[in-house]
Amino acid sequence: MKRYSFLTLLGGALTGQRSWRPAWRDPEPRASYDVVIVGAGGHGLATAYYLASKHGIRRVAVLEKGWLGGGNTGRNTQVTRSNYFWPQSAAFYDHSLRLYENLSRELDFNVMLSQRGILTLAHSEHELEGLRRWANAIQINGVDSELVSRAEIARLVPLLNLDGRFPVHGGFIQRRGGISRHDAVAWGYARAADALGVDILQQCEVQGFRRQGNRIVGVETSRGDIAAGSVVLCVAAHTSVLAAKLGLRLPISSMALQAMVSEPVKPCLDTIVLSPVVHVYVSQSDRGELVIGGGADVYASYAQRGGLPVLHANLTALLELFPVFSRLRLMRQWAGTVDITPDTTPIMGRTPFDNLYINCGWGTGGYKAIPAGGDTMAHTIATGEPHPLIRDFGLERFERGALIDEGAAAGVAH
Amino acid sequence: MLQIACPYCGVRDEEEFRYGGESHVARPGPEASDAAWADYLYNRTNPKGVQRERWLHAYGCGRWFNMARDTITHEVLAVYRMGEPAPDLPGRVR
Repeated sequence: MKRYSFLTLLGGALTGQRSWRPAWRDPEPRASYDVVIVGAGGHGLATAYYLASKHGIRRVAVLEKGWLGGGNTGRNTQVTRSNYFWPQSAAFYDHSLRLYENLSRELDFNVMLSQRGILTLAHSEHELEGLRRWANAIQINGVDSELVSRAEIARLVPLLNLDGRFPVHGGFIQRRGGISRHDAVAWGYARAADALGVDILQQCEVQGFRRQGNRIVGVETSRGDIAAGSVVLCVAAHTSVLAAKLGLRLPISSMALQAMVSEPVKPCLDTIVLSPVVHVYVSQSDRGELVIGGGADVYASYAQRGGLPVLHANLTALLELFPVFSRLRLMRQWAGTVDITPDTTPIMGRTPFDNLYINCGWGTGGYKAIPAGGDTMAHTIATGEPHPLIRDFGLERFERGALIDEGAAAGVAH
Repeated sequence: MLQIACPYCGVRDEEEFRYGGESHVARPGPEASDAAWADYLYNRTNPKGVQRERWLHAYGCGRWFNMARDTITHEVLAVYRMGEPAPDLPGRVR
């Protein structure tokens, strides 16, 4: 892999930028692989990268029916944070955040992580009490979080309207929370995995599985059959669709989660502001666009587009908090299909099939989990045992009743 | 914006309704195994295509009813009352 550096940039500048090569190969599928990963989103690519880099398993294919990073990985609002309530979640997401903090160096690809802090607002004294409990739980989990007063919020976010229909009473902030560039995360993992020998097969849709008893021996794809030692599903909201081909039912509901950006403006917002009550969050990208998101649409959908009522609710909530933004034009709006579980905790690990693994159920928050999701899945596949960080995230928790209810900690109600 | 024909009130905007998830999920008896109970509580078909689902006309008559809807196009294919059998939709079920 040709390393990127200031010198390669300078060299490119002196030679008319003609020296650049594609960052990954476009190989033909081989007849068999040790591990076949379905889905070249962040989680699939990261799993492939850590399988190759940490466990020496390099006969790996990542199959993608569209183009890599084109699903939820390229549709989210790029927020990374680890302010979770339950210890299992906090440990997992903080591991992810720590991997993010070193990701640009590890992948030799600038993911543009900006730890600008994520501020959660309380709009009543009761809600502030709730946030205090939440912030304390986060601190006990060993993760940074601090309560901030109304006066501090006014200093931190001068454009925020503190006396709207629901006045701001205070809030809490995780200063290590931030945003990064989601395409760069997908491309960085793809390039690094490809350099280690992983085949990324785009335009290669999995249409079925080949079974021998309780083992999956291969996948049937639009580019022919591929034999597999192990198979991993990293396909978010389509996990139900693929699992149904094996008669496996999952606790997942697929819904649309929309996001939108305004036209670009000069820097005016240097933190992420989130309000669970009026249900919106906003940050400003490096390009100057305001990136706006809220709750998922209310009914099941695979359409990858959001409805107008939720769009309207998101924007009215935003304008309540930031009346000054009413003059901006909306530039783009889109949606991803998210896989929501009953306890809003992901499903990771083994399945009733011997060598089939799943990594799904991320719902509205999978982006921040990409590095840890890949790291722990790779460990699970390589050793056959769930990584300690995901031991409680298994599919069997639903039968045991050992749910990890992060509905509150996800920041916005689902 | 979905236009939903409540079987009691007629066509109204989506915002008057609340979504209630997959319909026709039968509750098992008290002898059910842990696996059967978990399947009833949590597992869903989650189809890509036609889904039969429950809706509540929350800001109308306040009554529940069933709907067959395509989860790709969002097209409402049939509306029927609670207790009525799911209508056949020949050629539509994927």
